[in-house]
This record gives sequence, structure tokens and C-alpha cells, in this order.
Amino acid sequence: MNPWIVTHLWLIPAVPLAASLLILAFANSRRRTGAAIAIIGQLAAFTLAVIAFLPTLAEPGWRAVHNITWFTFGEHALRIGWVLDPLAAAMLLMITFVGLWIFIFSIGYMADDKNFTRFFAYLSFFSAAMLGVVIANSLLLLFVCWELVGLASYLLIGFWIHKPSAAAAAKKAFITTRIGDLGLFLGMLWLYSGSGTLLFYDDGNGCLEKAGLLALGAGATFVALLIFSGAVGKSGQFPLHVWLPDAMEGPTPVSALIHAATMVAAGVFLVARVYPLFSLGEIDGVTPSLLVVVWIGVITALMASLIALAQSDIKRILAYSTVSQLGLMMVSLGVGGVAAGIMHLLAHGFFKALLFLGSGSIIHGCHQEQDIRKMGGLRRAMPVTFVTYAIGMMTLSGVPLFFSGAWSKEDILHATLHWSRSPVPHYLMMAGVVLTALYMTRQMIYVFFGGPREASAQAHESPSVMAAPLIVLAVCSIGLGIVLTPAWPWLHDYLTGQATHFDMGQLIQPMLFVSFALVAAGIGLGFLFYRQAGAVDPLGRTLPALFRFLENKMWLDQLYASTVVAGSAMLSRASDWMDRFVWDGLVRGVGGLGQLFGIFSTNVDERGINAGVDESATGTRGLGRFMSGWHSGQVQTYMGAVAVGMLALLLLYAWLA
Amino acid sequence: MTPTLSLFLIISAALFSIGLLAALSRRHAIFILIGIEMMLAAANLNFVAFWRFGPQPQSPTGVMVAIFSIAIAAAEAAVGLALVIAVYRHYRTTNVDKLNQLKG
Repeated sequence: MNPWIVTHLWLIPAVPLAASLLILAFANSRRRTGAAIAIIGQLAAFTLAVIAFLPTLAEPGWRAVHNITWFTFGEHALRIGWVLDPLAAAMLLMITFVGLWIFIFSIGYMADDKNFTRFFAYLSFFSAAMLGVVIANSLLLLFVCWELVGLASYLLIGFWIHKPSAAAAAKKAFITTRIGDLGLFLGMLWLYSGSGTLLFYDDGNGCLEKAGLLALGAGATFVALLIFSGAVGKSGQFPLHVWLPDAMEGPTPVSALIHAATMVAAGVFLVARVYPLFSLGEIDGVTPSLLVVVWIGVITALMASLIALAQSDIKRILAYSTVSQLGLMMVSLGVGGVAAGIMHLLAHGFFKALLFLGSGSIIHGCHQEQDIRKMGGLRRAMPVTFVTYAIGMMTLSGVPLFFSGAWSKEDILHATLHWSRSPVPHYLMMAGVVLTALYMTRQMIYVFFGGPREASAQAHESPSVMAAPLIVLAVCSIGLGIVLTPAWPWLHDYLTGQATHFDMGQLIQPMLFVSFALVAAGIGLGFLFYRQAGAVDPLGRTLPALFRFLENKMWLDQLYASTVVAGSAMLSRASDWMDRFVWDGLVRGVGGLGQLFGIFSTNVDERGINAGVDESATGTRGLGRFMSGWHSGQVQTYMGAVAVGMLALLLLYAWLA
Repeated sequence: MTPTLSLFLIISAALFSIGLLAALSRRHAIFILIGIEMMLAAANLNFVAFWRFGPQPQSPTGVMVAIFSIAIAAAEAAVGLALVIAVYRHYRTTNVDKLNQLKG
């Protein structure tokens, strides 16, 4: 017997969706009402998420599904449903909770925006779609929500549509993710034709369960890779990561909610959700599809953290940091550390939201300035932001013992260490840890230390409606660490479905010292290197060529512009030419034929048929005129004719007789 | 002089010719009617003559046909005179040369 919440799990996304529609329909000009509806909706979703979370605690690895038939066509019944398991429950909690505080933050951040209520409607809509992705027990339902999430992202990146750069970024995000989604769609079709169902779990008949996987067989690798291409697009993995930094054109709460904490994590979530497809037929935990996941993740993580070193826009640095952290999660999933990856996803959701909201607070305080080279010395002007941002920075960097990010990152390093195939990802991820600490230190120094520069001279602390979410998320970033420690790996065991034991002896592991050394190296190096940071970046001074390379995002945008974009432009021009001259010519030819035939039939009509009819009419008229001449109207003439006729008859008779 | 069939036929033909001449040449509608009546009378005379000199002079068949014919002629004359009066009222003339409205 399923608990009430399982059959009514759809309520969780339905509530924010209803809130969104309510705002659009009724509260369009009432700013307070609009924000209140959105926050109440989110609060209700959070409450429901807590209710959904409780039964999953009952026993390790608890899972409940509720499937319904959506519609039937022919003999096939298309079924969708929702699933409640530790993965979904943890994601629900994180999304609704982080979302709630971002909603609250938005009240302050968007206070002066004239489209205030529309913003909240979009946020609620996004929240609904994202929650739909999480609870979906059918790849189809997941795909639908996935696309809705993409739509919400598009709407919110382009929220300040009057800025051409925002409009372009929105388009870029939409199109780039669409490329990945095409793969996801094809994977879905393949999955359906292979296993005959899109339900994940269906009492042993789902596509992730034994029967479905058996039916799929060797095709699983391709299905997994196609699905992974969707995740690559959404989670900003190389080579489709280019949209994510540009997406920072949206309002900062959007960056925090969508492009850091939740939506971009959807790709990681998707891989974790369909993990049985990836791990089918594993040998020592390695399959071809998992190999791809690992190396894509490694490339992404390193590339993004290198690029982050040379960016000057505060949000772009965080965006590249997000890309690299997502890469790290992918690596973790690829090497078999699913729980570690999801733990990092959850922790990342908190601390990256915190960092983004912190950056929003900084931007707000510096009057919409985003260039870190123009800030400085903000630790005195914005103490709350400084402290919370520092906590976020240390969590992201992975300062051991007190911060959640450290434990999840360490779990990932453990997972890579035990990978059977190659030690390279392990060492590259360690390099990634150093780089992360380095670029975050650089950012901290530029923004908070030193003396005030042009944009930070007039800076002020943000109002309490913005400061409160920062404090809450900072507390969570630390507090979440409690359930992540090796001494009490509650979250890890919760996700993997094991009972948890408390063992203080497990707390200190060799890896802890390694990561401590790495982080210390990163931060120390950062302080040494960027102590005298000025308008010219120290790295730019020492290694100008490398710096320019990184500053320009490894020229990837230009590469795409000159290959993919130029290629498709060329294709378009060729198609245009084909259309103009070949197809148009054909069409014109056919048209000309029709015209010729028209002229011909006009001639036949006018000269042949019309003339014939005219002639016969004229003839009839002439005959009539001739005959009418006989009708003199003289009765005696007629009588005479009768007499003559009779005489003629008489004569004929006489002659015959 | 014994009356013979030829005599009656000659009289009848003469009467018919006179009637035809009247009907074709006179311009006054009444005279045309009179001409027609004369042609009818000629036809009646023929009936009676053929009966009288025919194979069964006992039964009065020819007279009967003639009497029928006269009755029809009376009716025809009544209709004809009524038409003439109606035409006169309308056109103020009985000259058939002027009554040519049916000219094609």
C-alpha cells in the first residue's frame, strides 16, 4: 500500500504551475500579490517535498511508483507515472528549498523591475517543470518536463529582452541545448522500439529493470550515449557548454536557480536516473558509454576551471565554475560513484546558489557593475555578503572538515581513485581542485580585498530580504556537511540504499590530507599570486598568450562561429540558392506550363467554341428573321396560302388518280 | 330538265368559288365571314347531293350531317361576329388589312 503522497506526487509540480498561471492571470499588475503567490506556491511544494521525503526514510532503498495510462493508440498504451525514491526525494527537497530562498531573494533583487510579476510567474513555471523532471517515472514525461525547463530557461535568460545580448544568449541557450535534446529524443525512440516501454520502473517490466534491459541488449550503449547527449546539452558539458556562460545575461536569481543549482544539474540527474542503461554489461565498472561520460566530464571540468581563471565578469567566473563542477559530477557518475555525484549535485545546489545570490548582492550593491576589476574592498561595505560569500567560496573550493562541498568532493576523488581503467581522471580531478581554489581566491581578492575601485566606492549592503537567503544558504552549505562525512555517511547510504552506521574512525582518511594540501596549495597560491592584483591580471602579465587564450574561452565560440555557424550559414545560403534557382525554376516551369495551357484553352474557347456558338446563334436569328417575313399579319394572305395548298393537294390527287 | 348530281356539284362548286373569292378579296371582316358561310353552304349542298343520288336515299343520313353542319356554322358565325365586334371596339376598324399586329 503506497502512502498518499505517492499517488499524489504530481501535486508537487502542479502547485507551482498553478501559482504561475494564477500570477499571469490575476496578479499582473499587483506586485506584492504576485510575489506572495509564487512564494506560497513554492512553500507548498517544499512542504509536500518534506512529506514525500518522510516515507523514503522508512527503509533503505525504498521506492514507490504510481503509473497511469496517458492515452492508447491502437494496441499500444502510452503510460506515464511518477516515482518516489531517495534520488527523487533528495532532489525535490533541494530544489524546493533552494528555490524558495531564491524566490525570496528575488523580491529584493528585482524590486525595481517593471516586469516584476512576470518574473515570478516564470520562476514558478520553471520550478514546476523542474520538479516534473525529478518525479517523472517515464522518459516521455521526463522529456516533456525537460523541454519545459528549457523553455523556462529561454524565457528567463531573455527576461531583459531589451538587451540585444540577452536575446542572443537566450537564443543560443535554446538552440544549443536543442542539439543535445535531439539526441535525447532519438534515444527515447530507440529505447521505446527496443524495450517497448518508456516507464523507468513498472513492477519488473520497466525499461530500467531486468526485462527491459534484456530486451534492449547491445543497443543500450547507443541509447545511453544518445540520452547522454541530452545531458551534455543541458548540463553544459563540452562541447555544448558554450551557452551556459552566456546565459548569465539573465537576472542573477535566474542564474542562481536555473543555471547553477537546478536545471543544469538535470543532466547529471538524468544520467543518474537512467544509470542502469549506462552500466548494462559492465566489466569492472566500465562500459563504453560510461567511458564517454568520464572523459567528457574530465575535459569539461578542466577546461572550464582553466577558463574561469581568466574571466573578469563575476557571474561568468561562477558560470564556468558551474560547468567545471558539473563535469566533476559527470566524472563521478562515469567512474561508478553515482551517490558521490548526486551528493555533490545536492551540495553544489546549495553553495552555488549561495555564490550566485552573493554575486547578485554584490552586483546590486555596485549598481549593476559585473566586472570584478572595477570592484574591490567590498568586505567593509558589505559585511554580510562578504562572510556568506566566503563560506560559499570555501565550500566550493573544498576546504576540509567544515564545509559540505569538501566531503562530497572527497567522495568523488575516492570514486575516481578506485576506477579500474585509468588513474588519469583521478589526478586531473586533483588538478581541478587546485584550479577551483585558485580562481575562487582570485575572485575573492578582486572583489572583497584591497582598496575600493571605481564601481565599489559607493557600494552598500543589500536589504535584509536579500541578506536573509544568503545567511540561510550559507548555514545550509555548512550544515549539509554533517550528513556527508565519512564518519556518518548518511546521505551516501540513503542514496545507495544502505543502512548507516556512525563510525568516528572513518572521519579521517588519507585522502583528507591530500585534499587539504591541494586546497591549501590553491588558496595559498592564489593569495600569493593575486595579492597585487590590479587592472592588469597577474596571469596576463606573466603569461599573456595563455591568458588571452583563456580569456577568449579557448576560442571555442569563434571556432563554432567559423565552423558550425558558418557551415550552417553556408548550408542556408546553398539552400537559398537551390530554392531561388532550382526549386523556384521548377515551380516557375510548372507554372509556365499551366499558363501555356491556359492561353491555349482560352484560344480554343474564344475562337472555337465561342465562335461556333455565335455562328449558330446568328444563323438561327437570320432564319427567324427570314421566317418572320412570311408572317405578314394579313389574315387573307394566310387564307390564300391555305387555298393554294388545297388546290395543290387536289391537283396532286387528280394526278395520282 | 332532270336534276342530276352533276348539276348540283356544279352549283356547289360555283357557290364555293364565290365564297372563296369573297373571303380572299373583301377587306371588310363581315364580308369575309359571309364568304366563309357561303363555302360552308356549298359543302352542305354536296353532302345532301351525294346522299340524294347515293345508294341509300331512304335513310336521311345526308340531311342529318347537313343539319349538324349548319348548327356548327351558326355557332362559328356567332363566335366570328363576336370577334369582329371585339376587334372593332379595340381598333375602331374592321378592315383586315389594318389588323396586322400579328406580323412577324
